[in-house]
Amino acid sequence: MVNYDVFIKDIAPRKFSIRGKTWVFFLAIIIVAGIIAYIDQLIQGQVVTNMRDYVLWGIYISNFVFFVATSFVGSVAVAILRLTKNPWRTPFVRIAEIITVASIVMAGITIIIDMARPDRLLNLFVHARLQSPITWDVIIIPTYMAISLLLLYFPLIPDFALLKKHFEKTKPKWSKWYGKLSLKWTGSKIQKEVHAKSIAIICIMIIPVGILLQTVDAWLFSTTYRVGWDSTNFAPYFISGAFVSGIGSLIAVIYVVRRAKKLEHYITDFHFDKLGKLLVLACLIYIYFNINEYAMPLFNSKKADSEHLQTLFTGAYSFPFWIVTIGGLVLPTILMLFKKGRKPLPIFIVSILVVIGAWWKRYIIVTPTLMHPFLPIQGVPESWHNYFPSLHEWVITSATLAMALLIITLLVRYLPIIPIQRTMDEQELNKTENKTAL
Amino acid sequence: MGDTNKKERRKFLDKGLKVGIAAALGGLAISKITSKINAKSNSLSGEKMELMTTDGTLIEIDASEVMEVQHAEDHDKKYNVREGMPHRKFVMVIDLAKCKNALKCQQSCNKHHYITGDNAWLKVYKMQESKDTAPYWMPTTCMHCDKPACVTVCPVDATFKRQDGLVLIDNERCIGCRFCMAACPYSTRVFNWSEPDQEFTLDMDMINHQYSPEHGGMPSVKGTVDKCDFCPHQVKNNELPHCVTACPNGVIYFGDKYEDTVNNGEETVRLSKLLEEKSGYRLMEGLGTEPSVYYLPPVDRLVDFEDGLEEFTEFKSVDKSE
Repeated sequence: MVNYDVFIKDIAPRKFSIRGKTWVFFLAIIIVAGIIAYIDQLIQGQVVTNMRDYVLWGIYISNFVFFVATSFVGSVAVAILRLTKNPWRTPFVRIAEIITVASIVMAGITIIIDMARPDRLLNLFVHARLQSPITWDVIIIPTYMAISLLLLYFPLIPDFALLKKHFEKTKPKWSKWYGKLSLKWTGSKIQKEVHAKSIAIICIMIIPVGILLQTVDAWLFSTTYRVGWDSTNFAPYFISGAFVSGIGSLIAVIYVVRRAKKLEHYITDFHFDKLGKLLVLACLIYIYFNINEYAMPLFNSKKADSEHLQTLFTGAYSFPFWIVTIGGLVLPTILMLFKKGRKPLPIFIVSILVVIGAWWKRYIIVTPTLMHPFLPIQGVPESWHNYFPSLHEWVITSATLAMALLIITLLVRYLPIIPIQRTMDEQELNKTENKTAL
Repeated sequence: MGDTNKKERRKFLDKGLKVGIAAALGGLAISKITSKINAKSNSLSGEKMELMTTDGTLIEIDASEVMEVQHAEDHDKKYNVREGMPHRKFVMVIDLAKCKNALKCQQSCNKHHYITGDNAWLKVYKMQESKDTAPYWMPTTCMHCDKPACVTVCPVDATFKRQDGLVLIDNERCIGCRFCMAACPYSTRVFNWSEPDQEFTLDMDMINHQYSPEHGGMPSVKGTVDKCDFCPHQVKNNELPHCVTACPNGVIYFGDKYEDTVNNGEETVRLSKLLEEKSGYRLMEGLGTEPSVYYLPPVDRLVDFEDGLEEFTEFKSVDKSE
């Protein structure tokens, strides 16, 4: 990677190909459908969902939890790898930062979709009560959003300056915008010092805030008396789950971006191998907490807990439960233990399994619990005893997922997807220290 | 908390008694001399009157100086809706031995709270603890817990706990997150999933009703939570909640714990005695929610459990044909 001009040319934003355009169009259609469905939900009320008084939270909430979990990738893949000095992260940190921003923004939107009175959103601030876990969420989500935006933006500043120069002749308009975004970056020593320090602070901040975010998310459930949620294990269980779904999404997106942008030269098998190992670690920790959560209660579960577990193991939810546990967690872990399983294509497929599993996992955490209240379900229509999302819920939820993908797509389109300045600095450093890259 | 309450209550009773006596005497005197005052209000009449002051001493003043005082008759009724009626603590006792699932309570509740959804606020559960134990009917209302899980988790203070024990909902503030429903272990809360088609909403202006959390369902609001409110709108008029008066079997007692009395529309009984003699208990005591609803166990029943099966509908609690 000696020729930086070639490097910048490879990385610099390029127009969408036909495929890219089709993809954006496809996402836009889903989003428009979702917006129409949401407007209908606003008009008719949440009666358009299949949620009712017993199953009072459905896929909106599980989808929200999924987004929150996925946003954890910024804390793990960027901050923790940085603080533990793992230089192999460089080519994909920007993708991780983009996923973080997209997920946390969508988490914020998704939770509002679940609110039956979004017109009273301001009440959350005007009448806020600190003892409610929802208020904790109201505090922590915007905080994490702000930090993750900074985490994306700060390392971009020198790259914007480079792009300004790169596009000076070919696309003066673009050059102007990148120039504005680069905040008069010159690359002077003082600027570099402040820059490095700021990024270090953001990276240190995003770890506790990320952990708190996952924790608050878990507390939304574990602060209730509900069977299946009333668990002291819940916060670490959610954090480890977020680890899995974050790294899983990261690998999947990296693979697609690498193919779309032809970055095989920069993101190599080596990186997938490393990420695969990280995902194995995440999965093993998650399996450990799953055993805590589902296997240990077999010994001392109260009657209601036993019923809940029975629903998951052999009852109405056994199919998704075992598919998610085996197909989305255990099998991927085993596959990734082999070196061949960590090659780009196999690990891409595995990560897709993991992400789909992670999404359904949240569904299984949220819904079955609500079907086992302390008093029997009586005096309500038979359909209230079960829950499966309605068409509205599916369309709206698909739209939120599409919106997350669209944010990622657009950011990938307009931002240098591999940190340019950072890569160059590292190359220089390696040259001077006469070291080979890790 | 309890101690200061008691002290305050004692103080209040003490004062109240004195004020009451003085008022009664004063009233008597006033009614006797009103005509005289009206006749000559500005000049001394020379006629003396004996009156008793609030601390019990007799005094003599000129009759012309006696004037009618405007008594705050509503000082017990004027209170902050969020704080509740002072010096009261409402409780309910449900005698399971008497319940035969007549469902009159539910019907009355549905009617008076204009319930249009599919889930009644007052449920009569068909219960059986285990295969070998006797089945029984169990009416449930909101438990109005002293440590309400729903209030703890509400992010906007839309559902709140009052000093008179009631847990109410402000439907004009609720954001519809349904966290309170997830938190309530008694599954007592219901949600307005769509626009509640209540009959009276059309002529809302005509009946000139001001919204108050004290009358749940008046009106129900789309996208907000509803539940049993213990009928403070009835209590304010010195009437019993609708379910209590509707029950043909005197199952439900309602009253004030501070007064230690409860009433089922037929008889007034000592709360403490009733609970002691009939081994009262509360639902899910182990959770520590401290409900305000007590249950008396279904022993020595006068009616067969099976009689209630006639009325039992597993999938319906609101009759919509009416």
